[in-house]
Amino acid sequence: MPPVIDESKCVKCGLCAQICCMDVIKKTETEPAEIVVRYPNECWHCRACAIDCPTQAITIRYPLSHMMLHVDVPNVNGGKQE
Amino acid sequence: MKVTVREDVVKSDVLIIGGGISGLQAAIAAGEKGKQVVVVEKADTRRSGSGATGNDHFMCYIPEYHGDDFQEILQEASETLVGPIQDMNIFALMMRRSFELVQKWDSYGINMKPTGKWNFEGHAMPDRRRYHLKYDGQNQKPVLTKKALETGAKILNKTTVTELLTKDGRVVGAIGVCSKLDQPEIVIFEAKSVIIATGNSTRLYPGNNPAFVCNTSNCPAAAGGAAVAYRAGARLVNLDQPYVHAGPRLFARCGKATWIGVLTDLNGKPVGPFVTKPSRELGDITADIWQSVFDEKMADGSGPVFMNCSQTSEEDLEHMRKSFISEGDTSLNDYMEQYGIDLHKDMVEFGTYEYMLTGRGLDIDMNSATTLPGLYASGDLTGNVRGDITSAAVFGQIAGENAADYCQTVEFEDVTRHPLIQEKIDLYNTMISRKSGAHWMEVNSTLNQIMDKYVSVKNVRSETLLKSAYKYLTDLKRYAVEQMKAENSHELVRCLEVLDLLDLGQATALCSENRKESRGMYNRRVDYPFTNPLMNNKFQTIYLGVDGAVMEFRDKVKKF
Repeated sequence: MPPVIDESKCVKCGLCAQICCMDVIKKTETEPAEIVVRYPNECWHCRACAIDCPTQAITIRYPLSHMMLHVDVPNVNGGKQE
Repeated sequence: MKVTVREDVVKSDVLIIGGGISGLQAAIAAGEKGKQVVVVEKADTRRSGSGATGNDHFMCYIPEYHGDDFQEILQEASETLVGPIQDMNIFALMMRRSFELVQKWDSYGINMKPTGKWNFEGHAMPDRRRYHLKYDGQNQKPVLTKKALETGAKILNKTTVTELLTKDGRVVGAIGVCSKLDQPEIVIFEAKSVIIATGNSTRLYPGNNPAFVCNTSNCPAAAGGAAVAYRAGARLVNLDQPYVHAGPRLFARCGKATWIGVLTDLNGKPVGPFVTKPSRELGDITADIWQSVFDEKMADGSGPVFMNCSQTSEEDLEHMRKSFISEGDTSLNDYMEQYGIDLHKDMVEFGTYEYMLTGRGLDIDMNSATTLPGLYASGDLTGNVRGDITSAAVFGQIAGENAADYCQTVEFEDVTRHPLIQEKIDLYNTMISRKSGAHWMEVNSTLNQIMDKYVSVKNVRSETLLKSAYKYLTDLKRYAVEQMKAENSHELVRCLEVLDLLDLGQATALCSENRKESRGMYNRRVDYPFTNPLMNNKFQTIYLGVDGAVMEFRDKVKKF
């Protein structure tokens, strides 16, 4: 699930749930309120939650569906082409 | 569960649908003209839309930098990124006012001069003038939100406008769904004028991984808003020629010109003619000019195509990483760090993403007015001008100014007994109270498959394919209305987005079938394999008349 919330750092302010443009994160309507990642498949990976979290409690796990395909640069020699 | 209905009607002189870049700029412009403004935003204006976390290129004409030859810049700009599918008088208007918006943004607190001077980088050809101002837009949404609030705008976050209300042929209000709580709340709006600025239509065509419909290059919440205006009678244009973006193949991101590298094949041979030694001033523009390069190289077996940054200096790579932050692409830095991708040693494969209706949609005039009186449109959902962030900012300003002036000419209309309100409440109640039914994603992905296979952009089109598509989309829409089930307000909004996308899909199929010629990379008709010169410089429009959709061709405005 893309946003991963570190419970030990989260102060449950709910800012992430407010600003998430895809409504991925939800502040529950229970008492006390919980911060839950409810719609992980709708994450756009904009990282607004991670950027704006006041306690840096959020990291992003990039799903394997979004794998960044890459290969070695040909003729690598110290990082430069020969 | 049933929907609740907010007791009071939300009244404003100007109602703005969508609080992205364009909607917020419109709010500022109308507010500065002394009008009461309400911005209705699906998410939260501080971080919503395709400019949510930033941008780094602002196409503009700055006389003190470019000199007096405005025509040269217009020519150059229209030949590269944004392309020729625009009315050139409206494009010229955008460029003429672009510096004014740059200066406004600078005064609001968006860093338009990170190097201390006007600096132009990227999206340019060698030895030609550059016209993309390199700026740092990472805080643009919080800054524009603050400015809009300062000018008196009221912002309703987590609220999606689902229908426009018209009376006697003009727009007088709207219906919205608030998804702040799990139980949806219906909100009725009354306004003298309305600006629609809902952004792109993503999620119409499939992305590279169809199982993940939100893996899109532009904000996936911006799905189908143009259909709200279409259903109310506004005219759309150029739907049959969708746009496509490119970047890391399976990780859809904007910002291809933020990369500083050369597009090469597996052996390191450049695929385009423009650059061999990339620099921050001049990356590889091949993907802007030859959008189908990635698909063509895969189809002929000479692919894949890679972003090769091995010849980029370490200083320029560091500049690029900082620019990804400005562009809102911190995820690219984060991903490469997590996976140990070193761009001096690793080449990242590039590809095209989902086809979308960027710069295809509402037909506007020089005042940003649509064909529906009282309705203005600005930003990515306009169909006859395209300038990405520039278009959003400039036409947001223009729409705000003109919608404010329009208010002087009309009075409020009582919308409380408008028949569409009860009809929609009944539909929403049906979807939210079903015990079982279809999830919105089922419908969205089937829509994607129909669009991909029958209203294809990269493969051929024909009358039989397109007529079949229209039939299948009509069936799918009926099934969706009869079967879609929403667990809560969030899912209800997604269901309604899919119905919007279905309307746009049908309109796209109709326009594609009605273009009885082949044209460029967009419309390869096997039953009309030639390009008809009589159709040069013709734009196709579509609107909903009394008896259904009406397609017409109109002349493109060629003169700047």
